[in-house]
Amino acid sequence: MAIEPKVTKDQAPAVAAMWHVSVSPHVRSPESVQKIMWTVVACLVPPLVLSIFIFGIQVLLITAVSVISCMAVEAICQKALGKPVTVSDGSAALTGMLMAFVIPPGVSSLIPVLGAVMAIFIGKHLLGGIGYNIFNPALLGRAFLLATFPVAMTSAWLPPLTDGAIFSYFASGVDAVSTATPLAVMKEQGMAAFREMFGNPGDVYGTFFLGWRPGCIGETSGLLIVLGGLYLMYRRYITWHIPVSLLGTIAVLTWIFGGETLFTGDPLLAVLTGGALLGAFFMATDYVTSPTTRAAQVAFGAGIGALTVLIRLKGGYPEGICYAILLMNPMSPVLDGWFKPKRFAPPAGGEK
Amino acid sequence: MASTLTFPKGGVHPPESKELTENLPIEVMPLPAELDLILGQHIGAPCTPTVAKRAVVAEGDLIAEVKKGLGVPLHAPVSGTVKAIGVSAHPLRVTTPSITLSVDREAGAKQWTMVDWQQMSAQDLLQKVHDAGIVGIGGAGFPTHVKLKPPADTPIDTLLLNGAECEPYITADHRSMVEKAEQIVTGARILAKILAVDTCYIGIENNKPEAIKAMTEAARAAGGGGCQVTVVVLQVKYPQGSEKQLIQAITGRKVPAMALPSAVGVVVQNVSTARAVYEAVTLNKPLLEKVVTISGRGIRRPANLLVKIGTRVSDIADYCGGTTGDLAKVVLGGPMMGFAISTLDVPVTKTTSSVLFLTEAEIDTRSMSACIRCGWCLEACPMGLEPKEIGIYVEAGLAEKTEPFGVFECFECGSCAYVCPAKRPLVQFVRLAKMKAKRS
Repeated sequence: MAIEPKVTKDQAPAVAAMWHVSVSPHVRSPESVQKIMWTVVACLVPPLVLSIFIFGIQVLLITAVSVISCMAVEAICQKALGKPVTVSDGSAALTGMLMAFVIPPGVSSLIPVLGAVMAIFIGKHLLGGIGYNIFNPALLGRAFLLATFPVAMTSAWLPPLTDGAIFSYFASGVDAVSTATPLAVMKEQGMAAFREMFGNPGDVYGTFFLGWRPGCIGETSGLLIVLGGLYLMYRRYITWHIPVSLLGTIAVLTWIFGGETLFTGDPLLAVLTGGALLGAFFMATDYVTSPTTRAAQVAFGAGIGALTVLIRLKGGYPEGICYAILLMNPMSPVLDGWFKPKRFAPPAGGEK
Repeated sequence: MASTLTFPKGGVHPPESKELTENLPIEVMPLPAELDLILGQHIGAPCTPTVAKRAVVAEGDLIAEVKKGLGVPLHAPVSGTVKAIGVSAHPLRVTTPSITLSVDREAGAKQWTMVDWQQMSAQDLLQKVHDAGIVGIGGAGFPTHVKLKPPADTPIDTLLLNGAECEPYITADHRSMVEKAEQIVTGARILAKILAVDTCYIGIENNKPEAIKAMTEAARAAGGGGCQVTVVVLQVKYPQGSEKQLIQAITGRKVPAMALPSAVGVVVQNVSTARAVYEAVTLNKPLLEKVVTISGRGIRRPANLLVKIGTRVSDIADYCGGTTGDLAKVVLGGPMMGFAISTLDVPVTKTTSSVLFLTEAEIDTRSMSACIRCGWCLEACPMGLEPKEIGIYVEAGLAEKTEPFGVFECFECGSCAYVCPAKRPLVQFVRLAKMKAKRS
């Protein structure tokens, strides 16, 4: 039987050049990395605006410098390393925003520029670029700044403004008005000094939750951070696993070990002070540096919570969550290896 | 018609887009001038022609058969003349051996006479299914008679008919269930007799209330008669139509990895396959035609068409008023698992359930970026696999080390790639990994 070609070569079906011929699936969800990153940035805008009202307009300056320098460093790095420039995906902007949020409001505006170089160039691109970096770049930037500018990073705290005069700090010197954060007072001077400065713990929950306390630029308003986090959960960009296990561990361990005697610590104050809420909702949930399976995420959050309490109570710094997250970041792949997704059915035999 | 029945792990909800065709009755497409009958219509061995060039054939005549290996025969869908035994365009292999028939439009449709299937033995019924050239119409294309003859040591107690039709756009099974419910139920009873089972479930997603109603009534009208046919309403979730997911949703049983449904006592057939079995047994009619959904916003007139196997997509496009100017992609099969084609000369085969003409707005051509380890693919995977790791390993040139992540359990449903915000071609990574892992 002779096989004769139905079409000769020059009559061969023309490949329609205007068509896309790509692999399945041919429909894809409207979500994208860009959309996720810019949504998270948007969720950080309300705490930023409030922070401007609490600490003054220089907060906006520091944040803008941080975001712009992170984006610039990203673009320069990618050009220099011969990679496609992906600044528009928003991940560098998000890093800049988060790094500003963990800087004291009274620092020089040059400080975030140095942080950006550390966070984006070394922390992100030299470690493989987006998806491969081991440590949360924003926290790496902060850790670097804390090591290089320890005085500025631990003393440039500002007390909340009471009269709404948000431009006042431009005129006055920073040193003149610097204060101490609640956690630092508690750690270094004890509960009595805390009560003297901020009032009884029971009375300050409300003001602390709203954000009227000294602290880093973006970490003071628990309310707006929680609302932003809840919105991200509603959009399904993050799940409850990391924030709940992280905050739950901090609360429980502080309650047990945080007081003068066992079981007398104040769990609510522990969650409302420092960067616990910001860390739980926006730092520890960073996709690249956190585990991917739910069980691993719970373990990851609990690990951060435990390390945070350990550093707060026994370590050299009043604030522990930054280092706790950085210490747990490299554990992510390990945890993912321990807590594998549950397979549909095991290959041999199988349950009926 | 709310139902909570579904498979518990993974799955996605792509936009259904069924509104384009779900209310359009099945329409018989007029005969084209020529048909291209691909010799390898399905999984298994391709056929060998039994006719020579210029031979005159009548509708239903055998024109190719399989001598060795797994396969089914091929019949002339219409009366006509063998114009060529050559090659045709193929969505995957570029070209493939085929028989081209010149259609004799004067011949008229063949009259099929009804026979009483109740008198036949299970053995005879099975032979008829084989002789009619029936394969799984849902898309996989596994020869049906092989599925109906499970190994002797695995007792079968349940027949499942798959009416889930979970792929977006496709409404061919839906319309068949609405319009030919009695035939499908009779087909189910024939299949039950072959398998000697007395339980048959028909799984339908609850976005097809009309089909559920028609099938429920047909099942009630058929009564018991040796096999209880029950319609089961399922939640809408992709990939519900996958055998393993469907079995779990309806019976709660889990088919182990690398095993067939028969391992848990179940045989799954598509509802349209059941209808083909009905025609094969009661009318002695081979599988010559099938209902194909023509849809997408890139075709002027979407339709559910009854077309002869071998009809070229270009003839279908002409019949449906041509394509629109913004046509961007043509897909054979569903948007989740179908194949994009580069030419409209590709013919319909026994497994083609739809031809989609998609516009730029319906597809997504954004390019991929690095994996950000969001873990959405892990949540979406119905098999509990790790698509992101497979992708990262394949990119790193370590494809042969992906077996621990379950690459061989992947049935390429595309749920992971659908949800991936970095637009990574995870299904393609899996295909590459399978190829390289097998080779090593």
